[in-house]
Amino acid sequence: MTMQMAMFGYFGAAIVISALFVVYFRNPIYSAMSLLTMFMHIAGLYVLLEAEFLAGVQLLVYAGAILVLYLFVVMLLNVQGRGRFLQKQTPAVFALGILAAIEVAALIFHTRFYPELPAIPHPGVPNLGNTETIGMVLYTQYLFPFEIASLVLLIALVGAIVLAKGKLKFR
Amino acid sequence: MLNDLASAVIVIVAVLFVLLTTIAYLTYLERKILGFMQDRLGPMEVGPWGLLQPLADGIKLVSKEDIIPTEANVAIFKIAPIISLVPAIISFAVIPFGKDSFHFMGITTHPYITDINIGILYVLALSSIGAYGILLGGWASNNKYSLLGALRSAAQVISYELNAGMSVIGVLLLAGSLSLVRVEAAQSGGFWHWYIFPQIVAFVIYLISGIAETNRTPFDLPEAESELVAGFFTEYSGMRFSLYYLAEYGNMVMVSCIATILFLGGWNSPLPFLDFVPPFLWFMLKVYFFLFFFFWIRATLPRLRYDQLMRLGWKIMLPLSFANVIVTAIVVYMIRR
Repeated sequence: MTMQMAMFGYFGAAIVISALFVVYFRNPIYSAMSLLTMFMHIAGLYVLLEAEFLAGVQLLVYAGAILVLYLFVVMLLNVQGRGRFLQKQTPAVFALGILAAIEVAALIFHTRFYPELPAIPHPGVPNLGNTETIGMVLYTQYLFPFEIASLVLLIALVGAIVLAKGKLKFR
Repeated sequence: MLNDLASAVIVIVAVLFVLLTTIAYLTYLERKILGFMQDRLGPMEVGPWGLLQPLADGIKLVSKEDIIPTEANVAIFKIAPIISLVPAIISFAVIPFGKDSFHFMGITTHPYITDINIGILYVLALSSIGAYGILLGGWASNNKYSLLGALRSAAQVISYELNAGMSVIGVLLLAGSLSLVRVEAAQSGGFWHWYIFPQIVAFVIYLISGIAETNRTPFDLPEAESELVAGFFTEYSGMRFSLYYLAEYGNMVMVSCIATILFLGGWNSPLPFLDFVPPFLWFMLKVYFFLFFFFWIRATLPRLRYDQLMRLGWKIMLPLSFANVIVTAIVVYMIRR
C-alpha cells in the first residue's frame, strides 16, 4: 500500500504543479506542453485506480487528439501576449479565490484518504476486465445519459459546420 | 520477486536490442531494396555488400556537429526529437513476439514485456503522442518549411489515426479482447483462422493508415523534399536528426507488428504441419513482409496531393471503416446468439 501512496503523492503533486504552469506560462506552447504533462499524470492516476481503459482513452482522446488541435491552433494563430488581464477585478478575484480555497480545503478534510479499493461497480459482472465492465455499465445502467452525450456531440458538430460554412452556398 | 525482476530485465534488454538492430539494418535494407528495384546495387562500399553501412552511418551521425538555429526555441528544439522517439520505443512493451516462455540463465521468462488488458489501446495512445515530437520540432525550428511540414503532419496523423483505430475495432470484436496476446491466441490453428479473411476491408484500411501515420511515401507530405526541403526536420542535424529517423523506422516496425498480430495471426504458423518452425521466426517473417511492403510502395507510388490525402482519409476510408465495424458487429452478434 505504501508504494501506491507514494505513487499517488507523485501523480497528485505533478498534476497540481503542471496545472499551475498551464496558467503561469506566458508562452501558449509551454502552456500546452504543461497541459500534456498533466493529462499524462491523470492517466497515471487512472492506472493506479486499476482503470486502465480510462487511462488509455484519456491519453488517446485528450492528449492525442484534443491537445494536438489546441497546439495546431496556437501555432497557426501566433498568439501574442497582451499584458496582464487582471486590472480592476483584482479584489473580486481574491475574494473568489479565497472562497474556492476554503471549499477545496473543506473537501480535503472531509474526505477519507486511501479507502479500500471500491468493489466492482456492477455486481452482475464479476471477474471481468475493466473494458468489459465499462461497456456493460455504459450500455445498460447508463444507456440514456450515454446516448444523450452522443446527441450533444452531434449537435456541436453540426453547429461547428454551420458556423464555419454557413455563408457558403450549397449546391 | 527477484526472479520476476530478472525476467523483466532480460525481456526488455532483448526487445530493445532486437528492435534497435532491426531499425539500423532497415535503413540498409531500404537502400538495398530501392537500389534493386531501380536496377542498381545500393550501398556496396563499407564491408561485404555494404553490410557495415548502418554502423558507418551511426558513427557519422553521432560525430556530426549539433547545429541549433539562432532564432530557435532551444529547449523545445532539443526535447522534440526525444518526445518523438520515446513513444515509438515504449509501445513495443505490449508486443508478443512468440508463443512459449523461454529460459535464459536459469530464469524463465515470456516473449513479451507485459500483457496488459488494454494492449492495442496502449499502442494507439502512444502513437498519437508521437505527433507532438513532429509538431514541436517543426515549430521550435522557427523555419517556414519546418512549420508547414509539422502542421501537415499533425493534420495527417489525426485524420489517419481515426481510420487505424476504427479498422482495429472489427478485429477486436472477433477476438473479444483488447489484449494482443489473446488476439494472437484466438487466431491459432491454420491460416484460415487469420483475421485477414473476415476483415479484409479493415486490413487494407489499417495498412494504408499505417503508412500514412508513419509519414512514408506516398503519404510523406510532411517531409516532401521537392516543396518543403525536408519538412519538420529541416533544421535538425547529427544525433537529433537521427532520433527522428529512429522514431520513423520504429513506427514502421510497430505498424508492421500490429498488422501481423491483428490480421496475419502473429506467431501462428499458416499450416498445422509447419508448427516445428519456432513461432518467433513466423512472427519475424510476417513483420519483414510488411516492412518490405513499405519499401515496395515507396519505390512504386508517387506522392499524393494534400487535398487527395484528406479526401481519401475522411471521405472514403472513414465511412468504409464505420461500415466495417457495423457489419462485423451485426455478424458477430448473430453468430454468438
